Amino acid sequence: MEKGKGVMGSGRRWAVDFSDNSTALSSRDIRDPPGFTRASVDQDDSTVSRQKKDAESNWKAQKAWEVAQAPFKNLLMMGFMMWMAGNTVHLFSIGITFSALWQPISALQGVGKVFEPYKDGKVELLGPKLLFIALNLGGLALGVWKLNTLGLLPTHASDWVSSLPPAQEVEYSGGGIPL
Amino acid sequence: MAIRSFFVPFLLLVLWFYSSLSPVLSLYEDQVGLMDWHQQYIGKVKQAVFSTQKTGRRRVIVSTEENVIASLDLRHGEIFWRHLLGSNDVIDGIDIGLGKYVITLSSGGSILRSWNLPDGQMVWESFLQGPKHSKSLLLLPKHEIDCINVVQTNLKIEKDNVIVVFSNDRLHAVSCIDGEVLWKKDFETESFETQQVIQPPGSDLIYVVGFAASSQFEMYQINARNGELLKHESAIFSSGFLRELSLVSSETVVALDSTGSILLTISFQNGEISFQQTPISNIVEDSSGPAVIIPSSVPGIFAIKINSVTIFIRVIGKGKLEVVEKLNQETAVSNALPISESQQAFALVQHAGSEIHLVAKLAHDWDANLLKESIKMDQQRGIPHKVFINNYIRTDRSHGFRLLIVMEDHSLLLLQQGAIVWSREDGLASIIDVTASELPVERDGVSVAKVEHNLFEWLKGHMLKLKGTLMLASPEDVAAIQSMRLKSSEKSKMARDHNGFRKLLIVLTRAGKLFALHTGDGHIVWSHLLHKSEACQSPVGLNLYQWQVPHHHALDENPSVLVISRCGPSSDAPGVLSFVDTYTGKELNSLSLDHAVVQVIPLPHTDSTEQRLHLLIDSDKHAHLYPKTSEALGIFKREFSNIYWYSVEDHNSIIKGHALKCKCTGEVADEFCFDARDLWSVVFPSESEKITATVTRKLNEMVHTQAKVMADQDVMYKYISRNLLFVATVAPKGSGEIGSVTPEESWLVAYLIDIVTGRILYRVTHHGAQGPVHAVFSENWVVYHFFNLRAHRYEMSVIEIYDQSRADNKDVWKLVLGKHNLTSRISLFSRPEVITKSQSYFFTHSVKAIAVTSTAKGITSKQLLIGTIGDQVLALDKRFLDPRRSVNPTQAEKEEGIIPLTDSLPIIPQSYVTHALRVEGLRGIITVPAKLESTTLVFAHGVDLFFTQLAPSRTYDSLTEDFSYALLLITIVALVAAIFVTWRLSERKELQDKWR
Repeated sequence: MEKGKGVMGSGRRWAVDFSDNSTALSSRDIRDPPGFTRASVDQDDSTVSRQKKDAESNWKAQKAWEVAQAPFKNLLMMGFMMWMAGNTVHLFSIGITFSALWQPISALQGVGKVFEPYKDGKVELLGPKLLFIALNLGGLALGVWKLNTLGLLPTHASDWVSSLPPAQEVEYSGGGIPL
Repeated sequence: MAIRSFFVPFLLLVLWFYSSLSPVLSLYEDQVGLMDWHQQYIGKVKQAVFSTQKTGRRRVIVSTEENVIASLDLRHGEIFWRHLLGSNDVIDGIDIGLGKYVITLSSGGSILRSWNLPDGQMVWESFLQGPKHSKSLLLLPKHEIDCINVVQTNLKIEKDNVIVVFSNDRLHAVSCIDGEVLWKKDFETESFETQQVIQPPGSDLIYVVGFAASSQFEMYQINARNGELLKHESAIFSSGFLRELSLVSSETVVALDSTGSILLTISFQNGEISFQQTPISNIVEDSSGPAVIIPSSVPGIFAIKINSVTIFIRVIGKGKLEVVEKLNQETAVSNALPISESQQAFALVQHAGSEIHLVAKLAHDWDANLLKESIKMDQQRGIPHKVFINNYIRTDRSHGFRLLIVMEDHSLLLLQQGAIVWSREDGLASIIDVTASELPVERDGVSVAKVEHNLFEWLKGHMLKLKGTLMLASPEDVAAIQSMRLKSSEKSKMARDHNGFRKLLIVLTRAGKLFALHTGDGHIVWSHLLHKSEACQSPVGLNLYQWQVPHHHALDENPSVLVISRCGPSSDAPGVLSFVDTYTGKELNSLSLDHAVVQVIPLPHTDSTEQRLHLLIDSDKHAHLYPKTSEALGIFKREFSNIYWYSVEDHNSIIKGHALKCKCTGEVADEFCFDARDLWSVVFPSESEKITATVTRKLNEMVHTQAKVMADQDVMYKYISRNLLFVATVAPKGSGEIGSVTPEESWLVAYLIDIVTGRILYRVTHHGAQGPVHAVFSENWVVYHFFNLRAHRYEMSVIEIYDQSRADNKDVWKLVLGKHNLTSRISLFSRPEVITKSQSYFFTHSVKAIAVTSTAKGITSKQLLIGTIGDQVLALDKRFLDPRRSVNPTQAEKEEGIIPLTDSLPIIPQSYVTHALRVEGLRGIITVPAKLESTTLVFAHGVDLFFTQLAPSRTYDSLTEDFSYALLLITIVALVAAIFVTWRLSERKELQDKWR
């Protein structure tokens, strides 16, 4: 899930922009070299940068979808782990179940942050976000289901009755064989 | 990912940690004595014989009222060996034969046994039968008295020595060597009651004297060699005899006439019987009331008792009597001890306030005292009951005396040279009732001073312990650590501990003495003999109740117990209440009641000082409320209509239920007295059923939950009621011993009866079963033990009761919102719908007592504590007695913990609570909850005492004694080191990454 961010953000350390788009007079005190026509360059440059921007937003959208689909792999992984852990309550199965519950919750909390790098006016992020949320909710559901199969959810009458103290009796009695 | 990468090794670590805590059910060898203690007693001494040969260890052989014969070390009072004969094998007499055999006569004179003196091995046993039951007398001709320096050679009757036994109306002569009966002799006279068998020293004659038909004195003269009857004389004394004789010489006895006012000196010299009458008033001036002869064997002197005055009278030839001394104090007279050829000594012990006076005299010279001493005696020991005398030769060839004294509280003391050499608290061998009490709350500053006092010791101890945990200790160190653990002062501290392991066990003994035993090491904290008052001369202790258990607001008060005793043996004798402070053992108050006490009902209410209200039922079915305060009365009036009780009349097989009616009417006008009315009665057909056992739940038992959860998450509601009574009846024919009836004639019926309404909730018949029935009732189940005549094996059955009327409380949402009636108070007058489940299993042992563990909150699973015939206590998990057991339990049931059904209950040798020890003569098992939920304190008593702690589900709420702290420490250190190292490594890696 961190991959896209890595490529876009910290992956590019430095850059030099060779295209000088400035048209301000102050930057024109150096004359253009002979044979260089600014107009064509300007025009050419703008098309190139637009193309580039399109490619980037495409790339961003593609990445966003990828990130949104990432929990699916997790889901499969989790399912496998749960199957391995079995249905008896012991430390291992409880640990796995709780990590299965914790991961989607923490992921859901950080939905905004995950899609931060792809935030762009042009990129439609709603779809990937919804998918991401849905998949994480699926993971959460899987965790709850596992919790239930372990018998840790109070869904039975027995779970509520066990803690009730025995009923008091109105009458009191004693006695026995004479001393 | 990051979470898991941390989680998995952590989990593995925890798992490894858990696996290192291997579960232990039983004890390790070095844990014996850490939490348990065992004390050996013998009971009140009936008879003592000294064995003080020059060679070998000096010892005294005693027989006791608990049917114990024991050999005690004369120096320290320790037990060399001990044998407990059965409860129906009462010891009639003991003696030492040939200086190396202990001869015992028991079972009403029908069993004669010989034991090896040094080690207590049985040498032989013979059965002596006779035409009818009679007094049993054991007579060993004392020819080889070797404590004196005179060896009498002229008295070899046979080649081997002969034991003369009179029992079952027949005279037997038995060989001392192999127990063979040499001859026997019957007496033809109708209704002849033998009183004495006499063998004059130096003759071959045996005199058998006794009474026939209340006014006839009979004398038989028998040849000791072959049992031939030489002479039979009888004489009639018109006004009859009291059935007691005192032997004053080998041919003279003294008796009393039937009114107890005339002394008769009967001599039968040369076979001629002659009477001499002496009215007591002639020799004793101010005598009033009938006299009683005190059994003694001092030649020439006998003792009578008039009221409480003991009078010693000497016989001066030809039936002349002379009073030698009158003693007003309580006096005990010893046996006669031959100290030289012609001299016999005896001892008198008198009780006077806080001292006892010892006097040893020669039989023929009253005025000269061989010994006169006064010894300070603990007043809580009461008066001396019995005294036995023995002598030793001092270095200056004079005689020294040692006295063995049995006191009123059944304790045994050896006195020598004016001091108590040793004492044994043998009253503890006959405990009647036990209750537990808390210790005082620890005050600050006490323990600190103790630590400072021996700081060096403390440091050394901790160094040793550290060595031990790090496995560096040498074998000597290990032994030192073990002894340190056993003697830990922490254990026997006189203050409450956090876990509630340290408590006081308040026990009431048959002698009417209260003891407080510390649960840590079993030492006696205090003891208190029930006071005699003007109104009550001989109180008989009956029961103990918790009177005041202060907690919360009344913490500054000391807790106290209520001792119910009765003034005399009959059931309608007036009762006595004593209130005893359990911290100090002081009697706070004593009430002599004007009514009898037949039943005691502790009520579930306390007043503002936390005194528990008690209802005492007298023999006229009046109920008396205690304490007699208006506050108590106010509380009681509020609950007046809700108090019920039942009474069992086991002789005519009726159980009756009662309720309170109104204030007492008639002559007993008392605000605190109430009349009762009969509510119901269950009459068992007397020709087919006889009550053998009734059991109810313990009053202080805690139950945590009313629900029992099945494997499929289903719920069954336990029928938990304090008002349930389990009754077992057997066929009257089958109430005797096992094997006395055929299976067709014998059956056992078990009932569950509601005490309030008298409704029979359940009834089951076991055909071909026979008692004795032992049962225990806890929560919603009963377990009972009986004999199956068809299978020739013992059986245990379990009945579990479930409430069907609450079974429809299954809606989760209603339960979540609290819309249910499961905790509302219920009345037993609403008809209960119960279902029962039961199952039976074979059990190998016959049982002496059954108890069940009890814990503070009732969460911990239960174990049955079974006192086996071998005097051990076996812990059996309740899961083995679960009526839901089946041959092939489903997977879900297995997960729930249901054990596959087997026809018999397993006996796992490791689950003996008493491990290698035996609680001789086991009578009762008491369980007391500790403050720690997992732990219960178990006290088993009989002739011996045994105490231990039990954790039926292991100590899940505390670390066990064998928890490896070293491992924990090492793990923590390793983890910290690992964290540090990985942190450094990761830092370095980051730096390298940055430079790349």
